[in-house]
Amino acid sequence: MNAFKPTIQEGQSGRIGRREQRVEDDALLRGHGRYADDLAVAPGTLHAAVLRSPHAHARLVALDAAAALAMPGVHAVLTGEDVKRWAQPFPVGVRQPMEHWCLAVDKVRYVGEPVAVVMAESRYLAEDALDVIRVDYETLAVAVDAEIAIESDAPLLHEAVGSNIVSERHFRYGDPERAFAEAERRVALKVRVPRSSCTPMECYVVIADYDVSSGSYDVLSNFQGPYALHSVMTRALKVPGNRLRLRTPPDSGGSFGIKQGVFPYVVMMGLAARKAGAPVKWVEDRLEHLQGASSSTNRVTEIEAAVTADGRVTALRWDQIDDCGAYLRAPEPATFYRMHGNLTGAYAIRHLAVRNRVVLTNKTPSGLNRGFGGPQVYFALERLMQRIAIELDLEPLDVIRRNLIPAGSFPYRAAAGALLDSGDYPAAVEQGIREGGLDELLARRENARREGRLYGIGYTVAVEPSISNMGYITTAMTPEERRKAGPKNGAVSTATISIGPLGDITAHVSSTPQGQGHRTVVAQVIAEVLGVPLESISVNVELDTGKDAWSIASGNYSSRFSGAVAGAVYLAALKVRERLAGIAAAQWDVDVERVRFAASRVLVEDSELSMPFARLAGATHWAPGTLPDNEPGGLRETAFWSPPELAAPDDSDLINSSLCYGFIFDYCGVEIDRITGKLHLDRYVTLHDAGRMLNPDLVDGQVRGAFAQGLGAALMEEFAYGDDGSFQSGTFADYLVPTAVEVPEPVILHMETPSPFTPLGAKGVGEGNNMSTPVCVANAAADALGLKDIELPLTPAKLRTLIGIEEPPRPEGVGEEGVQPASGGGSRLTASDSVELPGDPQTVFDTLLDPETLQAIIPGCHALELTGNNAYRADVTVGVGMIRARFDARVALSELVPPHSLQLSGAGTSAMGSAEGSARIRLTEIEGGRTRLDYDYDAAVGGKVASVGGRMLQSASRMIIGQIFARLAQRMGGAAPRLSLWQRFKVLFAGRGGRS
Amino acid sequence: MHARADQRIRVTLTLNGRERSGYAEPRTQLCDFLRHELGATGTHVGCEHGVCGACTVRVDGRASRSCLMLAVQAEGRRLDTVESLAGEEGLSDLQQAFRRHHALQCGFCTAGILMSCEEFLDRVADPSEAQVRDMLSGHLCRCTGYTGMVQAVLEVARTRREAAVPDSQQENNDV
Repeated sequence: MNAFKPTIQEGQSGRIGRREQRVEDDALLRGHGRYADDLAVAPGTLHAAVLRSPHAHARLVALDAAAALAMPGVHAVLTGEDVKRWAQPFPVGVRQPMEHWCLAVDKVRYVGEPVAVVMAESRYLAEDALDVIRVDYETLAVAVDAEIAIESDAPLLHEAVGSNIVSERHFRYGDPERAFAEAERRVALKVRVPRSSCTPMECYVVIADYDVSSGSYDVLSNFQGPYALHSVMTRALKVPGNRLRLRTPPDSGGSFGIKQGVFPYVVMMGLAARKAGAPVKWVEDRLEHLQGASSSTNRVTEIEAAVTADGRVTALRWDQIDDCGAYLRAPEPATFYRMHGNLTGAYAIRHLAVRNRVVLTNKTPSGLNRGFGGPQVYFALERLMQRIAIELDLEPLDVIRRNLIPAGSFPYRAAAGALLDSGDYPAAVEQGIREGGLDELLARRENARREGRLYGIGYTVAVEPSISNMGYITTAMTPEERRKAGPKNGAVSTATISIGPLGDITAHVSSTPQGQGHRTVVAQVIAEVLGVPLESISVNVELDTGKDAWSIASGNYSSRFSGAVAGAVYLAALKVRERLAGIAAAQWDVDVERVRFAASRVLVEDSELSMPFARLAGATHWAPGTLPDNEPGGLRETAFWSPPELAAPDDSDLINSSLCYGFIFDYCGVEIDRITGKLHLDRYVTLHDAGRMLNPDLVDGQVRGAFAQGLGAALMEEFAYGDDGSFQSGTFADYLVPTAVEVPEPVILHMETPSPFTPLGAKGVGEGNNMSTPVCVANAAADALGLKDIELPLTPAKLRTLIGIEEPPRPEGVGEEGVQPASGGGSRLTASDSVELPGDPQTVFDTLLDPETLQAIIPGCHALELTGNNAYRADVTVGVGMIRARFDARVALSELVPPHSLQLSGAGTSAMGSAEGSARIRLTEIEGGRTRLDYDYDAAVGGKVASVGGRMLQSASRMIIGQIFARLAQRMGGAAPRLSLWQRFKVLFAGRGGRS
Repeated sequence: MHARADQRIRVTLTLNGRERSGYAEPRTQLCDFLRHELGATGTHVGCEHGVCGACTVRVDGRASRSCLMLAVQAEGRRLDTVESLAGEEGLSDLQQAFRRHHALQCGFCTAGILMSCEEFLDRVADPSEAQVRDMLSGHLCRCTGYTGMVQAVLEVARTRREAAVPDSQQENNDV
């Protein structure tokens, strides 16, 4: 098919390029969408719940599921032992001795890592059973920060690798050393991009069955591709490709790359069904999704430019560290290499040096996230361009203009190998300036500054890659390794069009849309080519690997639909038209070139000859004997299309990592409130050249959606981790995403320079603003504040710090008096306090050592069992806010120096997470034969409690520990220590929680 | 009513104008009951902690999070879900406006948003854009950037007001 390169003829109906309403919407608006959790399941289907690690790093010592299995309605529990028997680790893109299984087998390496799966008759029962599975963990030191994890003495995640750096590659294009040596100026910058996720509103769903007779798995999931991962799943399941039938539901509730990360659960639930001997359904909840599904890759970049005195960049040096979390999960380390060919952005920079290091840390594995690789690259590059302007005392826009790839040089081979297909960057910038009203923003800035207000303007240019080269990931390997492994390249897209006996048209594409409106565009393309009404065409987008046309590039990622998939639809429609035209030409004995398709009829140019489309198409079913000799009858055509421009990386590591490269020019004006630190987006202008637009309404929809997500990443979204690896963004009240009051309407501008490489001239447009908006807003904030170092997200609190506003002191009597600020950050809590007790120190000391006393004074202690010298096993229920958990705890009294001091320590685990802590107790005799008890405590909380209750932990831990000594005082016959009004309120609140 | 935790209780309510009943445990969330017991899968579950708004339904007319309500609390009440809005004859004016203004993409959050918008339009006949955005801020949508929804609600408020004018004139004439 590659030689077949038609360009679109002006069709009769002119459907392509029109603002058509979506064919998807009627059903979705009625509530008749069919998402994965809406579909009927087989009778007897069990429901799964996943037990997850509360620890960021720990050895799995023992797991006991007996109590869970004894619960009514529980059928089976899948553990690491089963997984070791039936499966193997997932293959990864770099050769290192590290194993990623679908369930932890020896160690857990991030909070939320799956440890066991319960299969029960309802989801409620399955979740109940999680509470009684006993897991013994031996906690290990953690490596959470990427820059610390690369140090030689950092705790190792995968011991056999010998380092947390699992991939390091150096690249050199042109002569960067010479360019830097000759540079008139050098400008350098270090930036960090945090973790975030586009968080689809629908979480993961998997419905799995196992057929023991054929040894095959049948799984339905809202997986989004890429279908190269089908091979990763079958390898893990140890079955041939045709023994994993993977299907998708008709509708999916958003993905943005994130639903790539469901694939380990496809394997897990397949094994769960095998273990249970029944179909298994799993629906992920939001906490599971936020803490354990996927994440963008956080990156640390040191970037430097060699610059001429007038601001012309001659060379770039990149030193990048990608933090892929606890496991290198396919397709990582793709965050680097998706953007590799176009690391020079929209600029004509010929010399380039790159060092890429991939590091593993005790965090959730990273994966696809809309904009994949782009936000990280452009945050560094476009911040640097602003710095060049500032350090050279030039206008930022002039520095951009001076470095743009000139018009007329397309297709343009960028330094690292990207073949930029089309565009006119300078003209696009001038159009954006003119039509977006830059002059007005400049005047507003001047005005605002004159009045002493903080107003800034930021600019960004970017190329937006689309239609990934399936071979780009092999750039992570050396040329020698690639030679051994064999070449990987291309990107095969597929489309199938079938015509029924009554001339009815059904199309199928393997693009697994997640809300973008693919069915509408497919119908538009076919309607135009075959001259039939759009509404008459039925488009099916469910993908079934057991019977549909698909390939490894299938799926919904890298903005491949409009360029590649709609292109394949066009080619399939042409094949159908060619056959029908041949039949008509033979019947009428006319030249095939004269046959036309319009208004549901087939006609002959300049003649009266015509017949209904349905009749001609129907003849292929009803009267194959009347067809020309070369016609086999029936009418179903599949087009496969892979562009020849997507070659494998060559021996000098040049890689055309994508087929198409759109162009984006953004700018915005922001004002930062001097008092609140709130950033107000005055205006955001975004210009896109995505080649030919197939449906401008859908293009605008993609731009608006990506802009809203980009704005979220700029202002509020971040997956936060404590220093101990605890996850702190477990709800939508902790992980904030933009709502309607935070997202203004951007000014959207278009330019169309068709791609010469796609059948319809279209390029992708789905991810651009995820790449350009975060840095554009950051550049504006940097301009407003006159700052070099800017880290996202720009929350009001962070901006207030940057402005230099000190937090006012806490009002007296509220909260934390007597408590030292938490040290160590994260969920580690330390504080000191004291109480006065009746009785001399010896009496207090003896009372503390009495087990009955201990049970009575530990809040929520149901049972205390002596296990050793002053060591106990306790069953304790603790409530923090809305969360209540029953802990299996070890309590010990140690370092006894009677009657002066001792240590009270405890550690426990529960379904809600883990907690450990110790209190150093000192007893001093005071007047009246009484004792002052001073204590310093240090506590750490992990798992679910830390994820969802982080904000309450400080006061909750203080309250619970305070209760211990208040009860001690009561037990010793004295009154409870004098409490402030605030403390009494808190004790009252806690008491209520404990009894409910 | 006293029931054991695992006891299944018959719950009867009026769903979209029809009396329906099914069984629920005391702890069964209303959203699970609607979706999996009564088969009204148009209502979606997005966070199960009352922030995202996807599961919003109307309970005796009031927009409510069905993930924060128990099924047994809906006993005897009037429940309206997204399935109530359109008929065989076609989409409601609000649904049509959503379609026209590209106010949905994946459609997962849409059911809850439509129910909040309907309640809002019942209460506020002539809303400002700021009021509409404030109302929508009880919902999370990750696809659209919200612009289409704002436009759709403002447009429907306007057309409903205009349609209401002859009626009120009629009333005046009657007086």
